[in-house]
Amino acid sequence: MFDLEDFRADTRAWLEENCPASMREPAREDADRCWGGRNPQFKSEDQRLWMERMAERGWTAPEWPTEYGGGGLSKEQAKILREEMGRIHARSPLDSFGIWMIGPALLKYGSEALKKQHLPPIVRGEIRWCQGYSEPGAGSDLAGLQTRAIDHGDHYIVNGQKIWTSYANKADWCFCLVRTDPDAKKQLGISLVLFDMATPGVETRPIKLISGASPFCETFLTDVRVEKSQLVGEENKGWTYAKYLLTHEREMISGMGRTASGDKALWELVADAAGMDADGKLDDPMLRTDVARWDLDAMAFALTSERINAEAKAGQGVGAASAMLKYYGTELNKRRYELAIAAEGADAMVWEGQAHKGGALPRAWLRTKANSIEGGTTEVQLNIISKNILGLG
Amino acid sequence: MVNLVLDDDARMLKDSAERFMADKLPVKELRRVRDAEDADGFSRDAWAEMAAMGFAGALIPEEFGGAGMGHVAMGLVMEAAGRNLSPSPLFATAVLGVSAVTLAGSEAQKADILPRVAEGKLLLALAVDEFRRHRPSQVDTEATPAGDGYTLRGAKLNVADGHVADRIVVSAKTPDGAVGLFLVESGAAGLEVERTVMVDSRNAAILRFEGTPAVALGDVGAGAGALAQVLDIGAAHLSAELLGLSLEAFERTVAYINERKQFGVIIGTFQSLQHRAAHLFAEIELVKSAVLAALSALDEGSERTPLLVSLAKAKAAQVADLATNEGIQMHGGVGMTDEYDIGLYMKRARPAAQMLGDERFHTDRFATLRGY
Ligand SMILES: Cc1cc2nc3c(=O)[nH]c(=O)nc-3n(C[C@H](O)[C@H](O)[C@H](O)COP(=O)(O)OP(=O)(O)OC[C@H]3O[C@@H](n4cnc5c(N)ncnc54)[C@H](O)[C@@H]3O)c2cc1C
Repeated sequence: MFDLEDFRADTRAWLEENCPASMREPAREDADRCWGGRNPQFKSEDQRLWMERMAERGWTAPEWPTEYGGGGLSKEQAKILREEMGRIHARSPLDSFGIWMIGPALLKYGSEALKKQHLPPIVRGEIRWCQGYSEPGAGSDLAGLQTRAIDHGDHYIVNGQKIWTSYANKADWCFCLVRTDPDAKKQLGISLVLFDMATPGVETRPIKLISGASPFCETFLTDVRVEKSQLVGEENKGWTYAKYLLTHEREMISGMGRTASGDKALWELVADAAGMDADGKLDDPMLRTDVARWDLDAMAFALTSERINAEAKAGQGVGAASAMLKYYGTELNKRRYELAIAAEGADAMVWEGQAHKGGALPRAWLRTKANSIEGGTTEVQLNIISKNILGLG
Repeated sequence: MVNLVLDDDARMLKDSAERFMADKLPVKELRRVRDAEDADGFSRDAWAEMAAMGFAGALIPEEFGGAGMGHVAMGLVMEAAGRNLSPSPLFATAVLGVSAVTLAGSEAQKADILPRVAEGKLLLALAVDEFRRHRPSQVDTEATPAGDGYTLRGAKLNVADGHVADRIVVSAKTPDGAVGLFLVESGAAGLEVERTVMVDSRNAAILRFEGTPAVALGDVGAGAGALAQVLDIGAAHLSAELLGLSLEAFERTVAYINERKQFGVIIGTFQSLQHRAAHLFAEIELVKSAVLAALSALDEGSERTPLLVSLAKAKAAQVADLATNEGIQMHGGVGMTDEYDIGLYMKRARPAAQMLGDERFHTDRFATLRGY
């Protein structure tokens, strides 16, 4: 048994030495986040160093097995790593749909060859992935997807359209749901395939969001050749893998309900904006009440994520919990930003200009409105809780 | 870091507490004492059995004849009592009274009182509130030195089990303005006890002290500190009770909407009901975590205890309101009848939420403790 306290001491010392000072502040804008990829865009040399140093130890994917480049850490060790990173407010070294979504699905369902091919470059931040799930006619009703893959012996030819594909224009590879059997019941005719975004016939067109940014795209697939070797698991079993992947995505999104390490607490932001009275209370009593109610829920929610993780480890607790965490965490995050803009008042309504960081706050506030849509809407999560946990309907 | 997973021992205790309450003190028993206008408001036989199970002495250290099980364990008993609306002296005696005597009492007082409580032979109460809403800073009851002891003047209200307690712990102000804890015996001269039957069919009392003889509980100077801890302990265990109550009200409601038909279908197939039930499920999950965190903080003597207790009580009170309001609404007309139990859950939820501070009180305290 590796002694956990030794591990903590070693980790602390290593982070102290290797985490650049500028990486010990919260990410303020999208460019502060490191997404890696074939053509990585590093905002600073420190950002590149930090990703590479962490990747070298496999700590960009701390719990993945070392044979696929991961850190090989136990859950306890990974928790210590998170805590020690939190202690110095270290930024995430690499944000990645590979690590959050397709990686876990490959670890569970992928062949040895697929794992060997795809996992190490994900850990090293060399390949950036996008998620080809949603289609114009298949959002909440994802299983209704129509993108068609026709069998041509050793490969498929894929035709169709995806939409809301986040960062498709910047991604190197796509994990994509396609229909391989149009005659089967809709969930039973779906497969999960992987392809390079540079393949002929893949075209992306960015869509502009209400926040002004364009992080997602329409993705058109015209006679795209996908090798059979890039089929995950078995043909027509893709729905099972897709749902497993979604539970990981939901857990990741639910993390938005927790305050990131290094971020100021909401009440501190509100205190900066609204001031404190002589008794050391937030100066606006109504705002103080709203902040306190949010703060209570946020703390109880953080304890709940922790409890559900601990129970899962001890073999207790219900599955489908990711739906509950996703629902509550995203609604909390929306409430947080509503309070933040309320506290900042007119300043929070400024859209452009240096003085207000190019409208960073209102843009971030608008972005949160997607939290309860992406990864399955709030209403869909409530449906899952009703059916799978409460046994209703 | 607080422990958030129950170990095997705790889960066994949870099962046996739930079985005991469902067998011996189910909702039917609350109806029986209510309808019989029972003078005590609970069954003394059942209390003797609870003592035999170790529940009366769960928080009493082993050296004084208790089981010394700790707060997480006692919380599970409270949760089971909450599920069944079990009327008993568990809260007033085994949580509040025992904590006050254990934390504030002298060795001699502990040796005199605690073993008898553990045996189920002595009942206690804690008299704190003087205002209709919980406001622990308001203490106008006066304790004046007299001989070896004190005499008390003033009045307390909303004293749980005040009508049956053999010993009452009273907070009062000494001539130098400090707040201390004092011990009064039932039947003492100048003590007037007015029983108040509450909406939940339980009992509280108004106590009036007209020169009532009392002794200091331990060292008078240390009383205020002990009282603050006792109030946290009480609020944490009420939260556990509210959790049990919310869970049971919720499960009964889900079962009901899964069986009642309208428009030719089970009403649980209506999405408007499903989504409200799913939301309530999520809220109750938050209460579970907050209650467990508060109780384990008490066991560990964590300095975050007051914060976590206010978190638990605020959240448990808020969600118990929601669970019982939704419970009645989703039952429709039968929810308003005395025959159905769901209304009894609402009638317990409110006084339990108010006692020792409601959602507003604890939200304000939480904010203050957080630094704003
Ligand atoms: C920022 C962002 C990033 C995204 N990134 C990706 C990505 O990378 N890859 C990808 O594949 N997709 C992505 N999505 C798509 C996302 O998964 C879908 O938007 C989502 O699943 C909802 O589908 P829809 O937009 O078609 O809405 P609809 O399904 O049309 O929903 C409209 C409304 O109807 C409600 N509704 C629908 N069905 C039901 C029902 N059965 N019961 C009750 N209410 C219902 C919904 O809750 C919603 O309120 C992203 C979306 C956003 C906003």
